Amino acid sequence: MPGIHLFKVAAPSVAKKARPGQFVVVRIDETGERIPLTIADWDEKEGSVTIVFMEVGTTTARLALLGEGDSMANFVGPLGLPTHIERFGTVVCVAGGVGVAPIAPIARELKEAGNKIISILGARSQNLLFWEDKLRSVSDQLIVTTDDGSYGRKGLVTEPLKELLASGEKIAQVVAIGPSIMMKFCAETTQPFGVKTMVSLNSIMVDGTGMCGCCRISVGGLTKFACVDGPDFDGHQVDWDLLIARQRIYLDEEKRSFEQWRGQSGSCA
Amino acid sequence: MAKLDLNRVPMPRQIPKISGKNFNEVALGYSLEQAQEEASRCILCPRRPCVGGCPVEIDIPGFIQAIRDGDMPEAVRILKNKNALPGICGRVCPQETQCEVVCVLDKKGAPIAIGRLERFVADWERANMPSANSSPVSPRPTGKRVAVVGSGPAGLTAAADLAKLGHSVTIFEALHVAGGVLMYGIPEFRLPEEIVQAEVDYVASLGVKIELDSVVGKLMTIDELLGNGYDAVFLGTGAGLPMFMNIPGENLNGIYSANEFLTRVNLMKAYQFSEYDTPVKVGKRVAVIGGGNVAMDSARCALRLGADEVYIVYRRSEAEMSARREEVENAQEEGIQFKLLTNPKQFLGDEQNQVVGMECYEMELGEPDESGRRRPVVKAGSEFVIEVDVVVVALGTTPNPLIAQTTHGLETTRRGTVVADEEVGKTMKGKVWAGGDIVTGAATVISAMGAGKHAAADINKYLGG
Ligand SMILES: Cc1cc2nc3c(=O)[nH]c(=O)nc-3n(C[C@H](O)[C@H](O)[C@H](O)COP(=O)(O)OP(=O)(O)OC[C@H]3O[C@@H](n4cnc5c(N)ncnc54)[C@H](O)[C@@H]3O)c2cc1C
Ligand SMILES: Cc1cc2nc3c(=O)[nH]c(=O)nc-3n(C[C@H](O)[C@H](O)[C@H](O)COP(=O)(O)OP(=O)(O)OC[C@H]3O[C@@H](n4cnc5c(N)ncnc54)[C@H](O)[C@@H]3O)c2cc1C
Ligand code: SF4
Ligand code: SF4
Ligand code: FES
Repeated sequence: MPGIHLFKVAAPSVAKKARPGQFVVVRIDETGERIPLTIADWDEKEGSVTIVFMEVGTTTARLALLGEGDSMANFVGPLGLPTHIERFGTVVCVAGGVGVAPIAPIARELKEAGNKIISILGARSQNLLFWEDKLRSVSDQLIVTTDDGSYGRKGLVTEPLKELLASGEKIAQVVAIGPSIMMKFCAETTQPFGVKTMVSLNSIMVDGTGMCGCCRISVGGLTKFACVDGPDFDGHQVDWDLLIARQRIYLDEEKRSFEQWRGQSGSCA
Repeated sequence: MAKLDLNRVPMPRQIPKISGKNFNEVALGYSLEQAQEEASRCILCPRRPCVGGCPVEIDIPGFIQAIRDGDMPEAVRILKNKNALPGICGRVCPQETQCEVVCVLDKKGAPIAIGRLERFVADWERANMPSANSSPVSPRPTGKRVAVVGSGPAGLTAAADLAKLGHSVTIFEALHVAGGVLMYGIPEFRLPEEIVQAEVDYVASLGVKIELDSVVGKLMTIDELLGNGYDAVFLGTGAGLPMFMNIPGENLNGIYSANEFLTRVNLMKAYQFSEYDTPVKVGKRVAVIGGGNVAMDSARCALRLGADEVYIVYRRSEAEMSARREEVENAQEEGIQFKLLTNPKQFLGDEQNQVVGMECYEMELGEPDESGRRRPVVKAGSEFVIEVDVVVVALGTTPNPLIAQTTHGLETTRRGTVVADEEVGKTMKGKVWAGGDIVTGAATVISAMGAGKHAAADINKYLGG
């Protein structure tokens, strides 16, 4: 799939403790940056943790070059608070892009807890869709959308979401995971209906343990550290503009780093 | 007897114009001749007040005598007998308020430069004695297992002492390197990484296992460690949670906690960005808020990254600054500008959420507060704006609540510090000891080491040693 990669990483002690909604921090090698990636799946018996990532810059592009048998310098976790799972009733799980990876285990556990699961899976185009079957297997109903209409319904995930909310079916909670802008619009969609909407925030992080404050965001007017107070928050309380602005802090540096890396590695990625 | 020499032998250092532009160590250390000359000033006074001034009670006249005799292995032995990390303490201890302030020569002139001599001995050892030679003979294993959480000076010291007593010790460290603040906080130009790494290697050479990337409270809890065959636990997790001011604009882009700024620069080597992948904003005008060592280190890092102007913004006057005198002088000589009696009111940003300015109050000093320092009060109507593009908030840290939240029966104070016996570090929870910044709040390397040492002795007693 273009630019999206799935790795199964041998990390028995992390696999033993992983819960839905938690993440790991990885560093490729001595010169690498620490980046957070959500735990998409885990297998305690096998001692493995699955991560799914999209190539967006130097670190993810370098990560993509690793193959079977290669190792990364560091793999720390499980970090963050697990997603709160209980029997709510009907839960709508909205996944945008790579967001399907983190949402799959959440939907699975919500289903196991006795909830009715309606999933909405959205991507820009058909070739960016994955884990449709995996999500379908834990959902009572699955709606797929693509921006360009190449598969499923044409349009954005917020359209079926709005229809569901308006349909009269009692929806206890919405879980939305994907790009910030998509989560922001999901929260805006559910707000008039007063349906609690949990989102998983992806602010820039360094340590992932509450030590640096790099990941700080504003929720309900209070400053929170996404890595330890979250990453799950009530989407109606999040200051989205701040989150999105803070995600852009290093745009210049990231661009420089990527161009230089591409020059050095001779890759045409 | 030769006449008393009341002046210290000066230590060679980089000149400020140059040191402010590179990350190499500023102070260069004594040569053997210089060390022996300084050592010869010591009158080896029988009361030895200096020993009492050192929190780990190093036999100071003893190692000074050995330097005079030119018996460096003996000097190393004496130092290492009490202090597993002399190369670090010699560099960063606040000697002027500890061992040196009580030296009898202090009243007559300059005290013996104990820290510089200690550093000299440690550096000599690194250069001349491969660590194998200095490792003591292996003790008889006791069969007891101790988990040490955190690899800062408290944890390293406790681990070293327990290993020397024959216990099987494992350190669990959250980050990808061992050393705690010594690695991620204190910059290269003041404490080279190589020195800290050598001390960590020494601790490992004693048989201590170091498990990196292991966040206790997430990967496993204290109770799980105790249930999985550990007979005792020492908590040395420090005070790693940064404090912010809670004033408007504090979440603007370009505003860092000192922890984040220093971690990016030191641990992740953002000063070599392009070779290393972690970025940091290089400001043209950088304001560092605070008056401690952390503020001085942040300011000097910002200067070395290439800032044109770096300000220390501090709400009291220079006399109240908690930073070591030497560090304040280093900062001033390198060209850091001090904006004293100044306190931020709010940060101003542009439409990209980037910080562009800082509105400040002028302050004046009123009556002394609980800390004994005069309380700064706002001068009404004194607001003014400083243009900045990077701000580093260095106002202190408190313990990370993760351990307390995940450990049953561990008592904490309102400030988030763990309640532990002052002498030996025993906490309110069975089989658990704690020491260093997690108990005292942000303090010093040597006090953390002292706490690690005392706790190790008590743990050993508990384990039947
Ligand atoms: C809790 C959490 C879970 C995440 N889970 C996933 C996941 O499962 N799959 C996935 O593809 N992505 C995930 N992300 C995002 C992922 O961390 C970033 O895509 C990655 O760090 C980009 O690094 P880069 O060097 O390749 O790109 P860069 O060129 O450095 O950055 C591209 C963009 O990624 C973001 N970013 C950069 N550095 C960091 C950093 N250190 N921490 C966080 N974001 C950063 C910034 O917004 C930046 O503009 C998650 C983020 C968080 C906070
Ligand atoms: C910039 C700066 C400059 C300083 N300058 C000086 C100076 O000049 N002189 C001086 O004497 N003192 C100085 N200090 C203070 C001194 O460094 C500290 O007092 C000392 O390091 C405290 O030691 P510690 O062992 O208690 O904790 P730390 O050094 O903080 O080490 C704690 C370790 O525990 C780890 N940890 C935390 N939580 C967990 C967890 N849940 N699981 C596993 N590991 C965990 C951390 O990652 C860290 O490595 C300075 C501090 C800073 C920040
Ligand atoms: S450890 Fe610190 S206080 Fe003790 S003698 Fe050395 S420099 Fe002085
Ligand atoms: S107090 Fe000063 S002069 Fe006396 S032994 Fe100690 S260092 Fe030497
Ligand atoms: S990433 Fe450092 S505090 Fe959250």
